[in-house]
Amino acid sequence: MKTDTETSTPLQPDAPVMEKEMNRDPADVLSTAAGCEAEAPMVRFAGVTKCYGALTVLDRLDLEIARNEKVAIIGPSGSGKSTLLRVLMTLDPLTGGTIEVDGEPLTHMRKNGELVPASVRHLRRVRSKIGMVFQSFNLFPHMTALANTIEAPMRVHDLSRKEATDRARELLSLVGLEDKCDHYPSQLSGGQQQRVAIARALAMRPKVMLFDEVTSALDPELCGEVLNVIRRLGSEHNLTMLMVTHQMGFAREFADRVCFFSEGKILEQGTPQEFFAAPQHQRTQQFLRAVREAI
Amino acid sequence: MNSFFDLHYAAHILPALLRASLYTVLITMVGFAIALVLGLVLAILRRSHLKPLSRGVGFVVEFIRSTPLLIQVYVLFYVLPVYGITMSALTAGTVGIALHYACYTSEVYRAGLNGVARGQWEAACALSLSPWRTYSGVILPQAIRAVIPALGNYLVAMFKDTPVLSAITVVELMQQAKNIGSETFRYLEPITMAGLFFLLISVTFAQLVRRLEFRLRLP
Amino acid sequence: MRELFPLLLQGTLVTIGIAVCSTLLAIAMAFAATAARLAPWAPLRWIGNVYVEVFRGTSLLVQLFWFFFVLPLPPFHLELAPFTVAIVGLGLHYGAYGSEILRGALRSVPGGQFEAALALNLSPLTRMRRIILPQAMINALPPATNLMIELLKGTSLVSLITLSDLTFRARQLDEATFKTAQIFTLTLVIYFVLAQILVALMRYFERRASHGMSQRTVR
Repeated sequence: MKTDTETSTPLQPDAPVMEKEMNRDPADVLSTAAGCEAEAPMVRFAGVTKCYGALTVLDRLDLEIARNEKVAIIGPSGSGKSTLLRVLMTLDPLTGGTIEVDGEPLTHMRKNGELVPASVRHLRRVRSKIGMVFQSFNLFPHMTALANTIEAPMRVHDLSRKEATDRARELLSLVGLEDKCDHYPSQLSGGQQQRVAIARALAMRPKVMLFDEVTSALDPELCGEVLNVIRRLGSEHNLTMLMVTHQMGFAREFADRVCFFSEGKILEQGTPQEFFAAPQHQRTQQFLRAVREAI
Repeated sequence: MNSFFDLHYAAHILPALLRASLYTVLITMVGFAIALVLGLVLAILRRSHLKPLSRGVGFVVEFIRSTPLLIQVYVLFYVLPVYGITMSALTAGTVGIALHYACYTSEVYRAGLNGVARGQWEAACALSLSPWRTYSGVILPQAIRAVIPALGNYLVAMFKDTPVLSAITVVELMQQAKNIGSETFRYLEPITMAGLFFLLISVTFAQLVRRLEFRLRLP
Repeated sequence: MRELFPLLLQGTLVTIGIAVCSTLLAIAMAFAATAARLAPWAPLRWIGNVYVEVFRGTSLLVQLFWFFFVLPLPPFHLELAPFTVAIVGLGLHYGAYGSEILRGALRSVPGGQFEAALALNLSPLTRMRRIILPQAMINALPPATNLMIELLKGTSLVSLITLSDLTFRARQLDEATFKTAQIFTLTLVIYFVLAQILVALMRYFERRASHGMSQRTVR
């Protein structure tokens, strides 16, 4: 995702990815076109509010996510974690506030210096920078793993079948499923299906990847294979990742930052070291205590 | 004669149509009552452990469901007299339509019975309930609640199928409309009014079924 | 028995012809009506809903008679051949039911499929064509099979508007030879066989369409 020219600007004082950027392989299967501003955050939520009728799920949320940052979002059910990902992916409309992706507003566009509601084309263009993996996989059941992965690149990016298939095969082998290309989702285990879903999302070369509780629907023994893929993605490639997860151990070891959500607001955030060792808020402490007891 | 829809004429023929519609409603009510009971019997027989019985009943039900009602009422009205069983057109029509729809309701009941969780049967067995008590107290109340919408749909469907009986000279609503039309050569009003009548009753029945379903709902 | 066959066979061919043509019209109407009912434009939705409610809510025979008796007269002055009346009547009637099946099938596609397609930035048209519709069609096949059997049975009613289908020939033969029992039994058997062929055909389509997916049973 980045070329060699952009390695000079530090992202964050303790970002672990600095080294890897210098050794970027230009033929990386996940590279997208260059041309991102190194200073602007990759995703910015400003005053984001989402209401379902009388219920406020997101309450004037502000959050900035830097380029290539891996953010874990944790918190009790109903606190708005998944909704945050959903409004970013434009699955649900915002009630208030704005979202910016890669410097551009998502749901609005600049026309003659003013912000107007986005046209369909603008929305699709900005949305194409985001990819999402769902809790219930949502693979297309009437297509093989390979067909699932080539569908969008062929239809949206106008790739030829051969180009799309080549890209798909690379991605499927990246997630460890090169021998399952011609299998249907019903013939794959949950962990395998989720890995295909990751490959499918990556095929569109997004800059931001959203993971919505991707292991919550899996048997405990199958979580590992999916988390390993995510780990590899994070360490070997440049991707901004936003993960809603219940896997505290994974969040602690993998994320650059952990955000604790409660009742539509971010109650507390920090690096994993700070967060898990010494949570400040009482609610956070309560949550972490309950989670530890459950293990 | 030149108007699109002669309201005067329509009002004139309304009483005759209403009288005939009473026959339609009567046939539907009696026929559906029979179909409800017979359908349940057929469904229970099909679930029997005696293979020949369940297969035999299954075949008969499939056969009646797959063949036209029209031919079935012809058989009842024209074929049975050959073997000594004569019925009036009204009886033949009602029996025919009841039998036909009993096969539909039996499928509905079967789906409902199959839909009751296995655990219910097992719990009743563990409590040593007799088969009769199991069915009447535990299984049927659950099964029937689930299938009320489907049964209601078949009531409406049966109602709309009654004009078929006009082919064996039952003077129900459709036949009456045709008769009136052929007398005066004005078919528009009688047939349209018959159609509207069916539409009105269908919509009303559908609403009633929905309300019944709501009232019988488990909290 | 020998002499009965040729005429009944002729009738069977006419029945099959009517069934095939009206099925094609019904499929077209089902898609058109569903598209109209889901359109963003309110008048179009209204037209679709009215079509479905009227043709589902009234009796098939009433509709056939309306097209046959009412249209040729003032104020419509539209004389249609009996064959056309049959196709139009059956097609419009079963197209309305087909629209309900299609709507149910579209709704049965899990919401996650829409969301995944949206997340992959597929255009709404591509999403419908490649993802939603294929899955909906598979879900629609079992109820569509039942509907097609209803259509096959419905063709028997065209004998009442003078078309020489299987039922008409059966009555003709009955009046000519009085071998009532044999004729009607044979007729029932032919309809039954046609229905079984239809079910087998639909099962084949279902197997092919859901190749790779989990199986669902037809009928």
